[in-house]
Amino acid sequence: MKNIIAIILIIICFSSCSKDVVTPSGDTSIKSTLSIQFDNIAGDKNVQLNTGSYTNVVGEVFNISLLQYFISNIKVKNAAGVEYTVPQDSSYFLVSEADAASQFVKVRVPEGEYSSVSFVLGVDSLRCTMDISKRTGVLDPSAGMDDGMYWGWNSGYIFFKMEGTSNVAPVDPSGQNKFRYHIGGFGGYNAPTLNNIKTITVDLTAGGVAKVRTGRESNIHLMVDILKMFNGSTNISIATNPTVMFSDFSVNIANNYVNMFHHDHTEN
Amino acid sequence: MSKLQWLILSGFIFLIFACSKSEQIAGFIGFQQPATFPAPAYNLANNPVTKEGFELGRKLFYESRLSRNNTISCGFCHLQTSAFTHHGHDVSHGIDDRLGSRNSPPIMNLAWNTTFMWDGGVFDMDLQPIAPITNFVEMDETMENVLNKLRNTPPYPAMFKKAFGSDEITTAHMMKALSQFMLMLVSDQSKYDSVTRKQGVSFTTEEEQGYELYQQKCSSCHKEPLFTDHSFRNNGIGVGPNNDKGRYAITLNPDDKYKFKVPGLRNLAYTAPYMHDGRFYTLQAVLNHYTSEVQDGATLDPLLKQNGRLGIALTTNEQQKLLAFLNTLNDRNFITDKRFSEESQ
Repeated sequence: MKNIIAIILIIICFSSCSKDVVTPSGDTSIKSTLSIQFDNIAGDKNVQLNTGSYTNVVGEVFNISLLQYFISNIKVKNAAGVEYTVPQDSSYFLVSEADAASQFVKVRVPEGEYSSVSFVLGVDSLRCTMDISKRTGVLDPSAGMDDGMYWGWNSGYIFFKMEGTSNVAPVDPSGQNKFRYHIGGFGGYNAPTLNNIKTITVDLTAGGVAKVRTGRESNIHLMVDILKMFNGSTNISIATNPTVMFSDFSVNIANNYVNMFHHDHTEN
Repeated sequence: MSKLQWLILSGFIFLIFACSKSEQIAGFIGFQQPATFPAPAYNLANNPVTKEGFELGRKLFYESRLSRNNTISCGFCHLQTSAFTHHGHDVSHGIDDRLGSRNSPPIMNLAWNTTFMWDGGVFDMDLQPIAPITNFVEMDETMENVLNKLRNTPPYPAMFKKAFGSDEITTAHMMKALSQFMLMLVSDQSKYDSVTRKQGVSFTTEEEQGYELYQQKCSSCHKEPLFTDHSFRNNGIGVGPNNDKGRYAITLNPDDKYKFKVPGLRNLAYTAPYMHDGRFYTLQAVLNHYTSEVQDGATLDPLLKQNGRLGIALTTNEQQKLLAFLNTLNDRNFITDKRFSEESQ
């Protein structure tokens, strides 16, 4: 019995030691999991659905009842500038504030150290026009799209959806002081329309590069500051624009929310 | 018409019926390209029509489980007897007696459609059914619920397996099956079709004159043989009470304000009322509009304002001839074809 305990202790010792010695093999044929965490915040507060209270750039107090967005087309780049694109079929995710697991986007990438990550906020135009059989997983109009992330009447995905209440929002037909931001638009199929597809590149050098190697899951912890949706080249007022969906004004929101993402740190 | 002509005509009608009967006996015939029609816009190679897929699609088309409270099927607003429109309803009438804002369009010859809906907001037939299923005033259901209901309702799993080789009921397979049914809804058996195919039928003098008038005055938008050029135009009917801006909602292009898709002219006898909001109850009202009621506007189609004159000049006599021609576009075979009926399942 004592022997067994000793063996276990030795194993634990070795495995804990190994944490410091394993480095990425540099063998790009070996793929491992990289996690990208989308941690929604509002300024210096964590986002808490329904209960949290936040103030936007124009001084309007609001809370959030629903927050979800598509993250897709993930790419990583190492210090030498070599880029790896995650195969597209495995590169669509729906991040939802209501679903903690969905906030960790997991992809398989070759072992290595990555100093930069880029992704699309939304769904690329090619996929938006693909055959229904290519719309699986979170892109399936029947699955994983609680509260609708797809416009049936104007074929296309809603890239970013945030709803909540604010006293400054006018009373809507349902009797609530609700604001609704449903942002989409992939450029149009047979007539050019607005394009709110945004590619975001985050540099990881300052916050810590991602070391991807077998047996470990590197986690790039991004802070997504929802208040930044309201400020930028055009400040957004809930009172003035309580409902923004498929309209020219939506471009202003998309231009703002492209700046929401900040790399906090990496857990290797 | 002389006795001999009648005899020949009835002989032909008999032949057509006899043919269709023997076809049924011979077994399922998939999508057939009418000789006088252009190549379909739908990518048939991607979803070949099979007997099993078509039959599943037909069952789904008449399935009221597609709606939240299992009351409304596609066939509810798209009746075969009305060439798959909602006869008599100006705007569509959906779940819980909710009313839509637009007239339910006919489902016919959709294989050639480049876009769907009055505003062309849907660009792929396989994506089209999602719109009415999830629309609050139509079926008000989620796709997720629909699939779950189908999974738990025999014989759907078996039918999906027969059609697609897997009893897993997916969005893609459901949509492909519905498309197979809709692709088969081809209307090409009107008198006009028999005349153009030189099947021994000819227009009456009045119809012939109407055809010539149509070619001069209507055909630039209502192009043969589908009687639409699939474009979006403002035909000057004026802004409705709900200020529906049509195509503009899809493109956000100010030049598209108040433009709607040019509808086909086939089966007009069965598809009243007319226009995107069903505001005209008779074809005479439509002709009255074009001759004397066209309203000017920033996006009015230039063809309706030539030489400073609004509308299309048509005398009463010419209107009668035009109506006679339009009558030759009705396809009784299409609205009575047993293959498409709810009862045939």
